[in-house]
Amino acid sequence: MSAGGAAASASALYEQRLKRLMDAIELREPDRLPTIFFSHFCAAHYCGMTCREAMYDYERLATAVCKAVVDLEPDAYQPVHPLVAFGPTMEILDYKQLEWPGHKGLAEDVAYQYLDSQYMAPEEYEEYILDPTGFMLHKYMPRVAGALVPLAQLPMYPGVLHTRIVQSMEAYARPEVRRALETLIRAGEEMQKMRTVHNRVAQELKDLGFPMAAYGTTHAPFDVAADYLRGSKGAMLDLFRNKDRLLMLMDKLVTLIPRAGIEAVKAAGGNMVFIPLHWGLDGFMSPKQFTTFFWPQFQKVLLALIDAGIYPHVLWEGDCTSRLDVIKDVPPGKCVYFFERTNLVKAKEALRGAVCVRGNVPASMLITGTPNEVREHGKKLFDVVGDGGGFILDAGVGIPDEAKPENVLAMFQCAKECVY
Amino acid sequence: MDDRGKQLVQQISDMQEEDAVKLARAMLDSGYDPVKLLGHCREAMEIVGKRYEQGEYFLPELMLAGEMLKAIGDMAKPLIKQDAPGAKTAGTVIIGTVEGDLHDIGKNIVTFMLEINGFKVIDLGIDVPVSNFIDSIKEHKPQVVGLSGFLTLAFDAMKKTVEAIRAAGLRENIKIMIGGGQVDETVKTYTGADAFGLNAMDAVSLCKRWVPA
Repeated sequence: MSAGGAAASASALYEQRLKRLMDAIELREPDRLPTIFFSHFCAAHYCGMTCREAMYDYERLATAVCKAVVDLEPDAYQPVHPLVAFGPTMEILDYKQLEWPGHKGLAEDVAYQYLDSQYMAPEEYEEYILDPTGFMLHKYMPRVAGALVPLAQLPMYPGVLHTRIVQSMEAYARPEVRRALETLIRAGEEMQKMRTVHNRVAQELKDLGFPMAAYGTTHAPFDVAADYLRGSKGAMLDLFRNKDRLLMLMDKLVTLIPRAGIEAVKAAGGNMVFIPLHWGLDGFMSPKQFTTFFWPQFQKVLLALIDAGIYPHVLWEGDCTSRLDVIKDVPPGKCVYFFERTNLVKAKEALRGAVCVRGNVPASMLITGTPNEVREHGKKLFDVVGDGGGFILDAGVGIPDEAKPENVLAMFQCAKECVY
Repeated sequence: MDDRGKQLVQQISDMQEEDAVKLARAMLDSGYDPVKLLGHCREAMEIVGKRYEQGEYFLPELMLAGEMLKAIGDMAKPLIKQDAPGAKTAGTVIIGTVEGDLHDIGKNIVTFMLEINGFKVIDLGIDVPVSNFIDSIKEHKPQVVGLSGFLTLAFDAMKKTVEAIRAAGLRENIKIMIGGGQVDETVKTYTGADAFGLNAMDAVSLCKRWVPA
C-alpha cells in the first residue's frame, strides 16, 4: 500500500472511530461497541518504564503511548502527558500537593498521590468569596508551591489604580519576588517542552487514525471545595459548621469552573472534557446532602459546558447507584457517565435516553484475571447494557497501572466482536 | 440517667455540636462526674453508629461526632482523678494503609466505627511497611488485621503483607480483612485475605463475627 493510501485509510479510520464514539455518546446505535483508552501509567508499564520515568521523560513516554494506542486500537484515547508528565515542573516549583515516585518517600514505580490537607482555613471563606483570584495568587499559590511564596507580596490589584498601578511595579523588583517570577518562567518553559511533545503525540495519533477523548479536565464545585481548598475533613465539617459560606463559595465556582474548563478545551481545539468526581458517591454524603451541596452546583457546571458545545465525560467514582435518579437530569445525548462500581444495568435503566454509560471492567480482573475472563465480562456487559447504543467499554477507573497487557488487549479486542 | 445526661446524649447524636459542647462544659463546671459524662458520650456514639449503619447518617456525621467526642474528651479527661476501671474491649484490631499508598480517609472511618463498637484499634497510619505490621502483631496480638488501600498498587502490597504475616508464623490466629478503592472478592482471593469490605459497616460486622462477645 502506498504512503498516500495509508494516510487516506488512517483518515477514514479516524472518521469511523469518531463516528462510533459520537453515535454512542449521542445515544444512537454505532456499528459496534466503542472503547476509550484511559490510564495513567499503563502505557509506560507496557513499555518497561517506571512511573517516575513516565513523569520525567517526555519522549520515552510519547513512544510508549503511541505504541500502546496502536497495539490496542481503541476508538479514542485520553492523552497521557497531561495526566502524568509534570515531574520536572513540580520540582522547579517545589510543588506541595502531590507526592510522586522517587520524590521524598515514594518508590520509583508507585503512582503519584494527592496530599489531602487544609489549603484554605475556615476563616478564609469570606476572602475567597470576595476575591477568588486574589486569594489564589496571594494565599493559595504560596501554599501549594514553595517557590511561589513571594507571590504573597504582589499588589492587591482591585484596590490599586491609576498612578498607583505604576508605583506598584516596585514589588516585582524585590529580590525574592524577582526569583519567584524567574521560577515561574522556568516552570513555564518546562511545561512548554512537555506540551510540545504532547501536541506532537496528538498529531501523530490523529495521523494514525485515533481521536482524543479528552481535551481538558475540570471538576465539580464540591470537589474543588473539599479536595483543593478545605481538605476532606474540613469540607465534611463545613456541611454543619459553615453551610452558608460553603454554598456561597460554590456559587462562585459554578461560574469559575466552566469558564476555565471551556477555555482549556477550546484552546486544545476539542469538544470533550474529563471530570473525575470524588465526593458524590453513595455513602460519602446523604441523599439530602448530595442534592444540596453536590448535584445542583455540578449540574450547572455540566449545563454550562454543554451550552459551549462540550461533551463531559464524568467519572463517577465508587458506587453511585442511589444517585442515578437525580443525575439523569441533563440534556439527552450530551454526557458520558463513566462508572466505577455502580451497577451498569441499573445505570442503563435509569439513564436510558439521557446519558451514555461508560465502564466498568473491574480493576481486579484486569490485574489478576485472564484474557478469557475479561472477554467474557466485556461481552456480558455489551449484552446487558449495550442495547440501543449509549455504551462505551472501559475499565472501572480506566486501565489500572498494574493491569496485565494480555488482559488489556483482550478488553479492546472483545469490543470489536460486539457488533450491533 | 439524669436530665442533663439525657440532653447531652441527644444533642451529640443529633449533631448539635455547639449546644453539646456548651452543655458538657457547663456540666463539668458544676462538678458533674467526668467519668459519667464520658459514659454519656459513649452512649451517644452508639446511637450515631447505629444511625450510620441504618443509612441515616453518612461520613460527615461520623466526622462531626468524632470532633464532638474529642472536644468533650479534652475537657473531661484532665478532671478525672484516677484511671477509671478500663472498659472491657470487644477485641483488638490492627489497621493500616499498606505500603506505597498514602490514602487514609476510609481507614480512619473504619477505625472510628470499630472504636465506637468497643474494639481497641491500633492504627499504624499510611504507607505502612510489612515489617511494621509484623512487629505490631507480635506486640499487640490482635484478633483482626485490617489492610486498607485506595490505589490498585495496594493489591500487591496487601498480598505481600498477608504472605509476610504467614511467613512469620502469625497467620493462624488472626483474621485479615481488606478494603478501599477497587478492592473486591477477586482481590480478596488474590491477596489471601479472609474477607473484604465495601464500607465501615462491613468492617464492624466482620470483626463482630470473628470476635464473638
